[in-house]
Amino acid sequence: MVGNKGIKKYLTIAFFLLPSLVGMLIFVIIPIIASFVLSFSKWDLIGDIKWVGFSNYIKVFNDPTIREAFKHTLVFIAGYLPLVLSISLGLALVMNKKLKGIVVFRALYFIPVISSWVAVSMIWKWLLNPEYGLINYLLSLIGILGPGWLQDPKWAMAGVIMTSIWKDIGFIMVIYLAGLQEIPDHYYEAASIDGVNRWQKFWYITWPLLSPTTFFVITISLINSFQVFDQVWIMTAGGPAGATSVLVEQIYRNAFSYYKMGYASAISWVLFALIFTVTVIQNKFQKKWVNYDE
Amino acid sequence: MKSIFMNGQSNKKSDVKQRTRYPKLFIGILILAMLLGMLSGCAQKAVETNEPTPDASSSTAPEATDTTTTKEPVEIKYMTFSAAPDHLEDLDAMIAEFEKQNPDIKVTYETYSFADYFTKLQTVVASKTAPDTFELNYENFVTYASKKALYNMDDLMKADADFDSSIFNSTALNAFKYDSKQYGLVESFSNVVFFYNKDLFDKANLDYPNDSWTWKDELAAAQKLTDADAGIFGTYAPIQFWEFYKTIEQNGGKIFNDDKTEVVIDSKENIETLQWMIDKIEKYHVSPSDAQMSGQSDGDLFKAGKIAMLRTGIWMFDSFKDADFTWDIALEPGNTQKAHHFFANGVAISKDTKNAEAAWKWAKFLTSSKEAAKIRVDSSWELPALTDESLLTSYLEKTPPESRAVVFKALDTLVVPPVIGNWNELTDLVGKELDQAKLGQKTPEQALKDAKTAIEGILE
Repeated sequence: MVGNKGIKKYLTIAFFLLPSLVGMLIFVIIPIIASFVLSFSKWDLIGDIKWVGFSNYIKVFNDPTIREAFKHTLVFIAGYLPLVLSISLGLALVMNKKLKGIVVFRALYFIPVISSWVAVSMIWKWLLNPEYGLINYLLSLIGILGPGWLQDPKWAMAGVIMTSIWKDIGFIMVIYLAGLQEIPDHYYEAASIDGVNRWQKFWYITWPLLSPTTFFVITISLINSFQVFDQVWIMTAGGPAGATSVLVEQIYRNAFSYYKMGYASAISWVLFALIFTVTVIQNKFQKKWVNYDE
Repeated sequence: MKSIFMNGQSNKKSDVKQRTRYPKLFIGILILAMLLGMLSGCAQKAVETNEPTPDASSSTAPEATDTTTTKEPVEIKYMTFSAAPDHLEDLDAMIAEFEKQNPDIKVTYETYSFADYFTKLQTVVASKTAPDTFELNYENFVTYASKKALYNMDDLMKADADFDSSIFNSTALNAFKYDSKQYGLVESFSNVVFFYNKDLFDKANLDYPNDSWTWKDELAAAQKLTDADAGIFGTYAPIQFWEFYKTIEQNGGKIFNDDKTEVVIDSKENIETLQWMIDKIEKYHVSPSDAQMSGQSDGDLFKAGKIAMLRTGIWMFDSFKDADFTWDIALEPGNTQKAHHFFANGVAISKDTKNAEAAWKWAKFLTSSKEAAKIRVDSSWELPALTDESLLTSYLEKTPPESRAVVFKALDTLVVPPVIGNWNELTDLVGKELDQAKLGQKTPEQALKDAKTAIEGILE
């Protein structure tokens, strides 16, 4: 980005970046350092800071509540990621057709993305209401007695996953659309001449050429879904009976309900390490399947 | 960071996607970083010195400022959770009256919902920007007093010739003592009683609940009142922490031993109690399950005539007054003994206030003045914890319910919340076990055994 034309250029750039650098320093960098330092302490915001060494970290790995939350986070990812990717890709393929008015539909699918999580969660809470909700009503039309969704520990996470998918498909669809439109038409034309069917076109042209997009989307979604919180907090607050308790929900609870700033910071850093590791591993393995050649 | 994300691609032809990918990943990491950052935003303001609570020397000569009304009015900040959304006008009226009596003091206030209030308060106290006076419920009062965030009122009380502590209900006032020092004035109290729908009782030809009722009488009546086809349930009490700690006392149980050193939540009586709470739903079907309530509150269902008997707070009087049936209240049925909730709110002064005397005057006015008490009673904004009976006559005269005196009778068997330092964690941990028992994932015995282990982990 910068080139090697001497330190002066760096300084000029730094000067122009100053306003945002200061903001970043105050609101990002310093708090990151502070949270790291705090993770070795016991502090309730009001009283004195007590240094406790690694005991917060040791506690993170021995805390059954955190272990549960970790498990639920993985369940969320396992349910959310494959579905959101495949549905978004399917939608993108449909939306990529050159039809009249397709732009309107693209915009429609993007609306949930720009809506706030609070509004979306409230609406889905209502949709998922076991007695009066639209979803169980629709199920009843085809003779299925819908579950208690958010009130049923077996189904609450499914409800959260559905909501998250609905909100995020628009975003991922748009990225996939961009990826699709980068694939030159002449590949498909050549394939048609060779008598290739639609499925083969997808599998041998579209999918490999989309792999950089898929890689990006998986990476971003994975990072985001490790941090799933808003929808959980509003829809279930981790309930019922802790069935949807996730890692960030536990961080929030420990920090702002139990006032255990040190412990909450320690969980945050463990989560950071986890996400970082997963992302690094993904980058290592991308060579095997991501195709950057056109 | 760069080397990780660009790893293995450096000699490949870069395209648009590849270049956009790097900053977006970076943004992803930044989002996480900001999240981490949020958790420690105030870390820089580490509390350096914990000044001892001010002693006599710093708070003497309070009378001196009284007469000098010519100077700039002192501004006092107040933070409350109980005013919004229903009683903002009443609070405004109290402030107007106070400012009329004290032209040299101006009161401004902030309100937050109960759910957000204590998070906000913790933050402003930590950043030393706490309002001069703030509301605390009894549970949280203990926490704040023990952390030395509150102003010791003893000297202010002594210095104030007009102040007479005997106008307060002494039990309620003493609840806001810590280490036998007064750190708060009791502002109001409320409790939970037994509401019943008279029309449904008449229809079923049953006697109304009376003070001698036990759980058995309640169950017998509930079974007759329940009408599954009409969606009417006989009785309801939520299964959650607050209901639990009271209900176990109705059966002679407790969560802690007397000095809170030992957890006795898994006692035989308590297992029996939890079983009874669950049986009303699962075995006798006289109470609706969560799925049957499907997000409606118990108050809504009572008001819609779908619940015949309900344990809920006296703060529902106002909301129930326009129900299209007649209803009344009674003491709660117990099993081996009576027990009733008692919730108190108090007003505390911040340790960091610069205007302790003005803050004291406001706290005193808000909690004990006739004017404030009258506004409070007239608008059913809980009840002032004062001994002056004449203040309460207008409260007792109002109907419904006819038997308002029950509210005061219930105080004879009050149960205070079993407060410990890690209060919020206690309510979450026990709440989760109760949920699991309610959902049938654990037997009551197992749930309470697990609750005991969990609580022992957070006792300090």
